[in-house]
Order: sequence, then structure tokens, then C-alpha cells
Amino acid sequence: MPPAITYTVTRRAVLAALSGLAGAPILPMFDALAAPLAYTLKPVKLTDGVWMVAGVPEAVNMRNGGAIANVTILSSSEGAIIVDTGPSRRYGLELAKLAKELTGKDIARVYLTHIHPDHIFGCQAFVPEQIAATEGVIKGVTELGDGFASARYGLAGDWMRGTEVVVPKHVISSSVEDVGDRRLRLMRMKGHTASDLAVYDELTGIFITGDLVFLDRAPTTPHANIPDWKVSLANLGGIPFSYMVPGHGPAEETVRGIDQTRAWITEVELLISGAFERGLDMTEAMALPLPAWTEQVALARYEYTRTVMHLYPKLEAARLPQVGGRN
Amino acid sequence: MTNPNRWDTLPFAGIVALGTLLALPHPARAADDPMNSPIWSELAAKTFNGAPYVYDERVKVVVPIIIENQAQVPVTADARTLANVTKLMVIADLNPIQHVLTLTPAKAAPYISARLKIEQSTPVRAAALTTDGVWHVGSVYLNASGGGCTSASMGRGDADWTATLGNTQGRIWREDGGLARLRMRMRHPMDTGLAKDGTPAFYIERLDMKEQDGGALASVELFEPVSEDPTVTLLLDLPLTAATVTVDGHDNNGGIFRASVPVSPLVR
Repeated sequence: MPPAITYTVTRRAVLAALSGLAGAPILPMFDALAAPLAYTLKPVKLTDGVWMVAGVPEAVNMRNGGAIANVTILSSSEGAIIVDTGPSRRYGLELAKLAKELTGKDIARVYLTHIHPDHIFGCQAFVPEQIAATEGVIKGVTELGDGFASARYGLAGDWMRGTEVVVPKHVISSSVEDVGDRRLRLMRMKGHTASDLAVYDELTGIFITGDLVFLDRAPTTPHANIPDWKVSLANLGGIPFSYMVPGHGPAEETVRGIDQTRAWITEVELLISGAFERGLDMTEAMALPLPAWTEQVALARYEYTRTVMHLYPKLEAARLPQVGGRN
Repeated sequence: MTNPNRWDTLPFAGIVALGTLLALPHPARAADDPMNSPIWSELAAKTFNGAPYVYDERVKVVVPIIIENQAQVPVTADARTLANVTKLMVIADLNPIQHVLTLTPAKAAPYISARLKIEQSTPVRAAALTTDGVWHVGSVYLNASGGGCTSASMGRGDADWTATLGNTQGRIWREDGGLARLRMRMRHPMDTGLAKDGTPAFYIERLDMKEQDGGALASVELFEPVSEDPTVTLLLDLPLTAATVTVDGHDNNGGIFRASVPVSPLVR
């Protein structure tokens, strides 16, 4: 990206420009940054009592405020159930309000699918005792949460104001939990991170996979273990469902998300390990062409570049032969 | 209140005028900098020791479109389209320490891949010195959020980092066109001396790549911004009969490192 251009302006020119703008809307280039920040969540009803709030297929930036991941709301006789809480305190507050409006009840339970910041930083809107997560997620949030928070301030700016880490107090220790009249199957898996949760609603057959599944948006790999991830995808693939809600991308009645995620992690890993075995350095590996089908996938080059940076140091440490040391 | 400062600008104007005069014989001026860097004019004068320089897009410097880890930013400097290159330097303008490394290719292509620590978004330069005494400067803008340079080494978290200090991994591939591609990784904390915990500067200063008979292939001077566990790629002009390349290195604490990298058979 080129550096900022310096404009030479005189006071007279500025005044003239401003007078012409009297009563006009805010300068468009500053609009997104100057307008009051609000996510204005738009729920999509999947079936009776189940809604999805879709994330945008973009990287985190100052315009989207980090709202890139899907969030699911389910009603129950006991109250609203929420799966993942979004990227910030501000998002969490809007989400809690929306869930109460949709269900006409208070919040009964919140589930976190994994530790990544686009899924966990709305938790301040909820009571820690209501927030359910695996032991692995609780450990990860405790260790990495502050680092994630400061990184996100850098990317999303004021959207993150007041956002802090909340450690969940409800430890998931069973593969089934009942919340009012709704029975949820909780599948503790791994691969996208060290601890990934998929939630299956027995009443409607809605299957919420967290980031084990991406659809039409390239998978992220900062904490991935690709062999584990493939095993988890195989296990997910054996379960019939009505709608699958991926961590990112549209909810569909098909297994396209599982197939696409498996294809991406398999092909990208082969591309990167192949580059390493041919002696390429990272910048050279990053320049390789991607499989043609990934042109339909949002952020393909962006996430591939990140994945090169995640995988290459591990390949170098593991596969370059030992050739010497200290004298 | 009067403004006593208005006269202070006069000596400054004089310096600027003098600087302009001195800059006249130079083919490039800082004002033409494609990166519009606030520090480049002084940095270039200091780094090139007053030697002339030109902005030259034939010198490529490649960085990722997004940074994942400010302490490990991949960079490739590539001046292979220029003839008679005697040095190839990597510079990061807005780093606390700007000079990253210098390659001297005795029998090697003017090409190096490595990783650097960055403190903030910055122009990154590759500067190639040709035998006519002119530096050719390629530039790229690296967009990142900061933290790399003044963070403590990650390896310090390992209880046994001293046990692996200097451990070297490497491999050589035969390239089309007679060159041999060396990739190597040497374990070292590469402390900048700028970290908040007060750890003093501790870094590998030099790597020399040699043929078996001791003939020089390439040498690399490394500075504090080179990332922990330096990992470099070089293209060496290695005789087909060569079985190994010797790497000699030392750090600023008197540590001596030696590796012998076998050449893989000519199959790719």
C-alpha cells in the first residue's frame, strides 16, 4: 500500500470547501469513521426459533468493526441460547438485546465454539456463569485473550472500546446439555484450534459447526492442526442435519461447507509443503498460483498468505536437516 | 507575546540550502523517494556514506500483503536483473535500527531471502551497489501493526535456549542454470538490546559461505533487526563437483558457529 498522500491546502480553500458543504452529509471518506458506531445486526430466520446473524466475508477492518463471524440465536422455554458472541463489547450488547427481542425471553445460555477473537469478545454482555465453553477454550481465553484484545484494537479501532476478556464459568463436561425444552449435542473436537465445539440442535437438526467449517470464505489457520482438522471434518460429515451454520459463510442445507473446507486445507497444505521441498522461501511460496476453484472463495490470497506464515516456520524447524552448531 | 523563534529558521534554511547543493551531483534525491519517507534523506546519506544512489525498480524487494507476526516478517531482496552487483543491503526506514543485513555475493546471485523484526509500518528497501559505485534502491511499503522490535525474544521462554544456541539446519538444492539454492536456519535469540526487559543486544553478526577449499561464495552481515533463529535463502554459484558448503558464523558475544551443508544430488 502506498503511504498517505500529503495535500497542500490553504485556509481559504478549506473554508470555501466547507461553506459549499453546509447542510451536506458528512464527507464520504470519513463517513465510516465519524458516524456513531453501530453494528445494526440483521438476523436471518433459519427455522422456527432459530436465527443466524451473518458475518461479512471480509478481513477485520475499521468499517466492519470485526463482525466477520456467524452468530446463532435459538429460543428455548428457559430463555435465549446464543452460540458465539461476536468481536466486541459493543457487538455483545447489541446481540443480547436482539436475542431478547427475538425470543421474548432473557438469556439462558451462551456457548463459545473456540478461542478466536471474532467469536468471543461480545461476552461482556452476558453473565460469566451463563457462558459455556470447553476446558481448552477456557484455558486459551485465559492465556491468549489479552493479546487478542490488543491486536484487535489495532485492526478495528474504536469499535473495540471497553472490550475486555471474560473467562467463561460454565465448563462443558457432557456431550448433551438440556436448556429448557431444547436438547443440544455438544461435540468437542479439534483441528481449527486445540479445542473446537460443534453444537447440534436435536429439535430442528440445525448444526452449528464453529470454524471447523468455512463456506465461500477462506479458512484461517493461526492455531490449526491440519491432520486433526481433517479427522473432525470426517466426523462432522457423518451427521445428518437440516441446516449447517458454518463459522463463516452462508448457512446451507448441503455439506458444501465441509467439502470446501477439506479441499482448502488439503490443497493449501500440499501447495505449501511442496514449495518448501523445492527450496522456496516464504515470499516465493506466497506468490504461487492458487487452485482455480478458489477464485470463488473470499479472501483466498489473503488467508493463503497468512497460512504460509503459519506453516513455513514449522516445516523449516521439522524438516531442514541438522548440519552444524556451536564450536 | 513575541515570537523569538522566527529567526531560528534561518540557520536551518542555510543547512537545507547546503544540503541541496551537496545533493546536486547525486542522480537521486530524497524528494523523489517513491515512499515519501520522512527519514530517508538522512538515512540514505548515512547508509551509503555519501555515495550516489538511484531509485531502480529492477531491484525488487518483496514482503507479504499482510503481516502475521511482526517479529518474523519475510523479506526477499532480489537484484538479479542488474549486472556487477557487489553488495545487496536490506533497510527498514522506520525501525529503531534500520540496517537489517548486507549480502556480499562473491560467487553468488545478488539475492537473499530472510526475516526481519519490524516496529511499525515502514518502507523497506533493497539497495544494490554496482561496480561503478552507484547504489540502486528498490522500495516497498510494508503495512503492519507494531510490536516486533522491542518485544523480548520468544526463545527466552524456553528453559534450554542456551542448549540449542547455534544449532544449524540447512539444505542445498541444485537450481536450473547452474546455481545452488542454500536454505539455512541457525538457532539464536537475536536480541536487539531494545526490549523492555533490558536484555542486552545479542545477535549473529556474520555468516560466511565457503567452498570446501575455503573459497568465498557469499557473506552476510546481520544486524539486530534480523529475526530470531535467522533463516536465509541464498543462490550460490557452486561448482557441480562440490559436495558441501561450509558456513562459518559468529555472534557479538564471541560465539563461533560452523555448519557443513551437503549438496543434494542433481535431481529436483
